[in-house]
Amino acid sequence: MTDPTTLSAVDQVAALRAGDLDAAGLFAAYRERAAADDTNSFTWLADGPDDAAAAVPDGARARSVDGPEPTFDVPADDALSVRGLPVAVKDLFCVTGVPTASCSELLRGYRPPHTATAVARLQAGGATVLGKTNQDEFAMGSSNENSAFGAVLNPWDRTRVPGGSSGGSAAAVAAGLAPVALGTDTGGSVRQPAALCGVVGLKPTYGSVSRFGMIAFASSLDQAGVLARDVRDAALVLAHLTGAADPRDSTSIGWQGDALGLPSADRLDGLRIGVPTDLLGEGIDPGVRASFDAALRTAEELGASIVEITLPHARHALAAYYVIAPAEASSNLARFDGVRYGNRAAADDLVSLYTRTRHDGFGPEVRRRIMLGTFALSAGYYDAYYGRAQQVRTKVVEDFATAHEQVDLIATPTSPTVAWGLGERTDDPWAMYRADVMTLPQSLAGVPAISIPCGLDDGLPVGLQLSGPAFGEPRILDAAHALERAIGFDGTPPRSGRTGEGGAGGADATSGGGAA
Amino acid sequence: MSTAYEPVIGLEIHVQLGTRTKMFCGCELSFGDPPNTHTCPVCLGMPGTLPTINREAVRLGLMIGMALGGELDDRLVFHRKSYFYPDLPKGYQISQFDRPLVSGGSLGDVRLERVHLEEDAAKLTHLGESGRIGGSTASVVDYNRGGTPLAEIVTRPDIHSAEQASSWLRLLRETLRQLGVSDVNMEEGSLRCDANISIRPVGTDGLGTKTELKNMNSFRFIEQGINAEVARQTRIVQDGGRVEQETLHFDPRSGSITSLRSKEGSHDYRYFPEPDLPPVAVPTELFDLARAAIPELPLDREARYVDVHGLNDESARLLAFRRELGDYYEATVAAAGATPDGEAAPDGVTRPAEPADDPADTRRQIANWIGNDLVRRLTAEDADDDAAGDPQASKVTPQALAALVALVRAKSITRKAGGQVLDALVAEGGEPAAIVERDGLAAIGGGDELRPVVQAALDANPDVVEKLRSGNMKPIGVIVGAVMKETRGRADAGAVTQLAREILGL
Repeated sequence: MTDPTTLSAVDQVAALRAGDLDAAGLFAAYRERAAADDTNSFTWLADGPDDAAAAVPDGARARSVDGPEPTFDVPADDALSVRGLPVAVKDLFCVTGVPTASCSELLRGYRPPHTATAVARLQAGGATVLGKTNQDEFAMGSSNENSAFGAVLNPWDRTRVPGGSSGGSAAAVAAGLAPVALGTDTGGSVRQPAALCGVVGLKPTYGSVSRFGMIAFASSLDQAGVLARDVRDAALVLAHLTGAADPRDSTSIGWQGDALGLPSADRLDGLRIGVPTDLLGEGIDPGVRASFDAALRTAEELGASIVEITLPHARHALAAYYVIAPAEASSNLARFDGVRYGNRAAADDLVSLYTRTRHDGFGPEVRRRIMLGTFALSAGYYDAYYGRAQQVRTKVVEDFATAHEQVDLIATPTSPTVAWGLGERTDDPWAMYRADVMTLPQSLAGVPAISIPCGLDDGLPVGLQLSGPAFGEPRILDAAHALERAIGFDGTPPRSGRTGEGGAGGADATSGGGAA
Repeated sequence: MSTAYEPVIGLEIHVQLGTRTKMFCGCELSFGDPPNTHTCPVCLGMPGTLPTINREAVRLGLMIGMALGGELDDRLVFHRKSYFYPDLPKGYQISQFDRPLVSGGSLGDVRLERVHLEEDAAKLTHLGESGRIGGSTASVVDYNRGGTPLAEIVTRPDIHSAEQASSWLRLLRETLRQLGVSDVNMEEGSLRCDANISIRPVGTDGLGTKTELKNMNSFRFIEQGINAEVARQTRIVQDGGRVEQETLHFDPRSGSITSLRSKEGSHDYRYFPEPDLPPVAVPTELFDLARAAIPELPLDREARYVDVHGLNDESARLLAFRRELGDYYEATVAAAGATPDGEAAPDGVTRPAEPADDPADTRRQIANWIGNDLVRRLTAEDADDDAAGDPQASKVTPQALAALVALVRAKSITRKAGGQVLDALVAEGGEPAAIVERDGLAAIGGGDELRPVVQAALDANPDVVEKLRSGNMKPIGVIVGAVMKETRGRADAGAVTQLAREILGL
């Protein structure tokens, strides 16, 4: 038969159900591809389908979270089955007994005693964990160069970054190393790497997917998301991630939208798509803009109307985000002190233990954001920074609410540029931060958004972002599905992709003990 | 002459709430169990874990707020308070900041600032001679305590002496105990008190620079610590110096005060709203459950005993502040048919057919018998006041005590003989009338039986008789004593005196 890894996840599970494919064979096929990976997408690979499920350290079950064990409501619809589907999981999702470091030196070798709800829900539906994927350390970054496990290479061009922070998940799906992958999105960390790697990236409504077991970056923004080859595959996984509220996550509010299924729309009749003109000023590459405009014309051909809108406060989202996210991160990362777990530096006294452990364990970008956040929360500065940023956030939320009185969905390019060269922006954090200028407003507003490939610029993928109101995922998925079919993007990177001079990040990439 | 100074004291009290599980996870509370056996990934601050609010702790916090008359917030808002220390696994404590669960209120003559909910830190033990981190060879952490629900009660600076601080804290402790929100055990740390102390010239209103005195885990240490700190500040000011704002540690062994951290090193706790716990409305049913669970509190009970029962202040306070004594007292009063009009008798007490002839006096007598005679007999000599015997657990039933008091009031037995009956009741239980009968303790009645005994006593003490005849009645005690000895206490002292006067023609 044909190579099963060329099939979509939806077709794979259908073949598994029909008996045309067996789960062990499918897993082995991906395992083999992932083991031969040259993009450094994985930090750990399971030996077999039961590896992650069975890897329970002694006593870990008994010492696991004492409290109500959530019951996972698996979708009853056969068409939404994930039984036998291998899933790649971003490193920051805790999986019992499986190395989980959030790609930080500080946590290298750490094996958690509990499994993240998002992963456990997929496992409850019969999916298997293929491996852990590379990411920016603690999800802080837009290029996946901030990883203790080395940079990830973009499968479309191995001299370029895959985007971040879910760079490994995006690259693995783009390179056909996994059918689908879990990522997390705090300011664009699913959507932006999806755009740069030419795959689909879905960030659900904040609160719809439990954060329990995700190593936190910024609590009020972090949201688990999906990277997939096409929109239907993303919808398939979303149906499993969502459900009843997780009693172990107080920010989890349960699925409150229309029933989730596999999207089938091929027309956009009557759909009003807003284009925020004030976000589409300078800084967008002409090639990206051309692909975006072409996608809008396609939408009109499918029956949608394009409406110019404004999001007056969205231009302040970047500044607000880079106060709120580091502030929360500085607090969330305080627990990494070397006292109870993780890698501890040798020290003679308590203060040295803390400072050396944290200095040696955290990379430069993480240290930078901890310092930024600590400053923003300091006495005398709180109101001017954190308080002010929260006010901006409220305004951004209102902007989206106002816009959605006029339009059903909002479209922007996902990233102002295509994938850039490895190392190109590592000394310019500001250029790096601006990569997320289109995705940050939706993150602050907590609304759902998807990135789908909408074309190539100089041979590199361009992403189209569609967002909607909270729990608007069904409509977003339908529209994305119709556009995806009409655009007809070929998601397969050129055979083996372009390679650089020995791979600029390659030396780094393997030094960190990447794939098993 | 030097200026006189008065202390201005505010207290911060941490109360471990008596929930089954911790504040933000499902681990059971414990005390004295092997270290680190009541922990989970949440209370250990493992990566990826999240807190969830213990509703029972919220209910108990509301009860405290209701009992103290504070204003209750209808939203639960938590903040993070950040500092690095090994007893704090997340690097921050989840606490409340600008929206405490309870604002204001008062208890007795002390106003309250606030009551807020938070989680306890873990227990850090510094190995080495000093028991302090400086000079210790190693430190070990027990996370069993980490995450225990705490209510922090903060008073206004309304206290002006160490003694007042200590007696108010006793009132608070008893109030919390009777509320049932905590076991308020200071030795085990379920009630801990810090004091903010400043001094000012007597007669002025301002507030001086305050210091925070920590680690006073008994009422005695609180008095000692505050007195020592007030003396220290007074010396500094009288010597022309200035008190530095700092946190101080009281060492009960040496009585000395040492600085924990000075202002220069003071913490910036970087409070910000806990993003893992979005503000939520306090469920209305929690208000209802809290309100329904509040019993009569000591100060209210004391007032009722004085105003309605007619007890004296001392009896009223004793019975009100020891709930088991108060309950036993009310059962006894009901059994005696002396429950005040308009009050219901406690459940399970059978009231007599006939009410007591003088209910108010009956109640006073019962209060005396319980407060003096019974408590003394039930309290082991070496026990401190907390461990004093509970009459409800003794062999003396309220009915028996009511019967005993009735016998004494009717002069069927003397008060002294009543004491012997009570000894027997404490030792073996039973009915007072039967004990009187068995032991021959009935009062010697009118003159017929008593007169010869009095006559004999007079005959045996001619010198006393002479003084009595000369108008000096003081030595009558000798005669009474002799008669009591002869009758083994069954004679009524008044009747003996009366008979002696008759015999001597006085």
